[in-house]
Amino acid sequence: MTDNAIPGPLDPEELQIQYAKSFLLQTDNSGLSLYEHLSALLSRILSERPPNALEVFESLSAELHWSRLKQGSDVLRAPREESHTCRKAEVQRALFSRGDGEGEESEAEGEMTESPLPNLLDLAHLLQQGGVNLGRDEAVRISLALKRLTDTHPLQVCHFWGKILGSGGSYLVAEVQFREGEDDEAEEGGEEEEKGEVEDDVEEEENEEAEDLPPKSTYRPPPVIPKEENGTGANKHVYYVCSEAGAEWVRLPPVTPAQISAARKIRHLFTGNLDAPVITYPPFPGTEINLLRAQIARISAGTHVSPLGYYQFGEEEGEEEEEGAVRDTYEENPDFEGIPVSELVESLSNWVHHVQHILPQGRCVWVNTSVKSEEEEDEEEAEEEEKEEENEPEPEVGPPLLTPLSEDAEIGQTPPWTAFLSTHLIPHYALAVLRSNLWPGAYTVSSAKKFENIYIGWGLKYMPEGYSPPAPPAPQAEYPSGPEITESTDPTVEEEQALKAAKEEAEAAAEEMEEEEDEEEEEEDD
Amino acid sequence: MDAETLSLSLELVSGSGPGLSAEQCAALRASLPLLHRDLRLRRLRLWGVVLGLRGDYVIARGWGGPDLLRGQLSFYSLNCVDWCLLPPATDAHIAQTQGIKGRFVGDPAHEYEYIVRNTAGGGDSALEEELTTHIKEEVRLTGTIAMIDREAAVAPRGAYIRNPLGQVIVNHSFRGLEVSEGKKLSSYFHFTPSLNPKKKSLLEKAALDPSIDFLDSLEHDIPRGSWSLQLEQGDSVLILRSLLWLGMTFYHVPLTPLHGHLYIGTGERNLDLPFMI
Repeated sequence: MTDNAIPGPLDPEELQIQYAKSFLLQTDNSGLSLYEHLSALLSRILSERPPNALEVFESLSAELHWSRLKQGSDVLRAPREESHTCRKAEVQRALFSRGDGEGEESEAEGEMTESPLPNLLDLAHLLQQGGVNLGRDEAVRISLALKRLTDTHPLQVCHFWGKILGSGGSYLVAEVQFREGEDDEAEEGGEEEEKGEVEDDVEEEENEEAEDLPPKSTYRPPPVIPKEENGTGANKHVYYVCSEAGAEWVRLPPVTPAQISAARKIRHLFTGNLDAPVITYPPFPGTEINLLRAQIARISAGTHVSPLGYYQFGEEEGEEEEEGAVRDTYEENPDFEGIPVSELVESLSNWVHHVQHILPQGRCVWVNTSVKSEEEEDEEEAEEEEKEEENEPEPEVGPPLLTPLSEDAEIGQTPPWTAFLSTHLIPHYALAVLRSNLWPGAYTVSSAKKFENIYIGWGLKYMPEGYSPPAPPAPQAEYPSGPEITESTDPTVEEEQALKAAKEEAEAAAEEMEEEEDEEEEEEDD
Repeated sequence: MDAETLSLSLELVSGSGPGLSAEQCAALRASLPLLHRDLRLRRLRLWGVVLGLRGDYVIARGWGGPDLLRGQLSFYSLNCVDWCLLPPATDAHIAQTQGIKGRFVGDPAHEYEYIVRNTAGGGDSALEEELTTHIKEEVRLTGTIAMIDREAAVAPRGAYIRNPLGQVIVNHSFRGLEVSEGKKLSSYFHFTPSLNPKKKSLLEKAALDPSIDFLDSLEHDIPRGSWSLQLEQGDSVLILRSLLWLGMTFYHVPLTPLHGHLYIGTGERNLDLPFMI
């Protein structure tokens, strides 16, 4: 392009340079020449002056190419840059907006003293010292999400229970108790309907009186163990979960004993979707929402502990009630003096469980399922009743409430708890940290007077030996085994002949007898 | 995770729960630079924590040479201040540690009893001998760390390159994965020398860059679904958790070179994984 040197023959060197430059200036299909590319690249290197220019030369060159390709978006088309981050940010921004009405604010200020909202930042600080990270920002977000929960529901108690990780997403879990009589969403109607449906089906079957019915199964399912009422036992608390701070809180349904005992037999990771089916053997009755509730109940029963003396049994309960009644309520001990942290770490007997143990039956309070309701009894035959009375099951008894941790069973050879001080360098302000080895991820952090339980983990119980699913049950016998239908081996020739001979002999003997008898008769006749 | 960006990195992996306490964190920031200087290391990273019954091992990983896949040194500390060098992991160590079950105790001198089954002879006349041997916890720790590295250490695609000398070095021009790329398991590599490279078809090879794609991607891991990939903290961090080694968390902030992995767990492999997914 600088072809202004026409006059006079050029010297060969100059000519070479001209040729080389014109080669570099050749453009390819995109209308770009190597000359332009190199000059742009060199000017960028010279302006940025990276320390390792040679090393990054190729990548810088590649980047330049890419940047040229990316420019070509049409002016008319609106750039579509709604990224995930923005959508999440919008959801979270809603958490930070204060109530719109001015009246609400003043109300909120009035309620400030009674609010069940936990001080999550305080909790996060305690946990941070104990070595459990909630994350600074995350703690604020969870706190705001809990605030939203307490604002919209009539709650008496609200705790941040913890977090359960899943393969596709995790759950934040809030443990709440409603104010008495204000639990408007007690979901009992749904299940009653289900039961009704089942009964209808049975009746229909009975009405079908075709002549050639297949034989009816004699299998009788074990009696359904009734679930515990809301507010008692494993259903003492109500749990809300959400996938992320800012997302909608979902109330978990009450847990049934069948779900708890099924959850004990399986090992399953959560997927992060509450409606995901749980496909396992033995089958789990319900979807992930039920499994989550069952695991929460098991984890709470196993790992919610408090320093000895923090809670005490209510005095009303102390009056003698029925024998064998399990005390399931406790109250905060107003005279709790606090236990020195060093003693908390040294001895597990300074810690107690404050959530009831779940019995093998799947309930906290044992129920005798062999006691039938009157209607059922009428239907049944008298014999069976007698039999059942003989096999009256032994009531299952678990450790009572507020049992010290030193009574906990060991897992193989592993102690169930690890206790340590949060710091050895500043023992004056150290905290006692208790880590569950049975439920990895469950932590309890306690200063002398206050404590916090939290669970952050996968919702899996520790198994030292590895899991092996139970074997399928033995196949049922198809027909009653008896001599009429058992196939016998064919007799050999010798046996046949022996049998023949024996028969002949017998016949001969019989004939002889008859003859003799005849003779006798004849004699008598005579 | 690099020792320099410890606090930030811990904040990023905080979604997994157990982490380091403030005191441990502060102690590490004082002791790691000294370790770095005293052993004349080129690079030093915090690798993770192996939780024991009576004490926890904090593990650091150092590199003496330029190659990031070879010549690694592992250090452990029980108090985040005094560091001890672990012996290099050999295949024999790894094989031995596979047989040990149960939790770590937290005492490097603890001896595990371990039963070796030797089969002498072949066929039906094989004689089974049971030999009881003892293994120190230190050795078990070495083997476990090597196993975790082999199966769960992760690097994003493009973060490391192999230079003409065959050394694996940091790619300084790595600008981070895009979110759309980051949602695919094929953008993440096992950061370990590939032992049995998968044979790829010509079509697959066509899109690969030999200086970048020298590692195995996580895409074809068995069992399928042994990784959990999520966006956390308002979808700003890519978090990749290994389900085979529960406790291994990899983080990467999209469009930045910030990435790393941290293991905080019991040091036990999740053998029940096939039943759980």
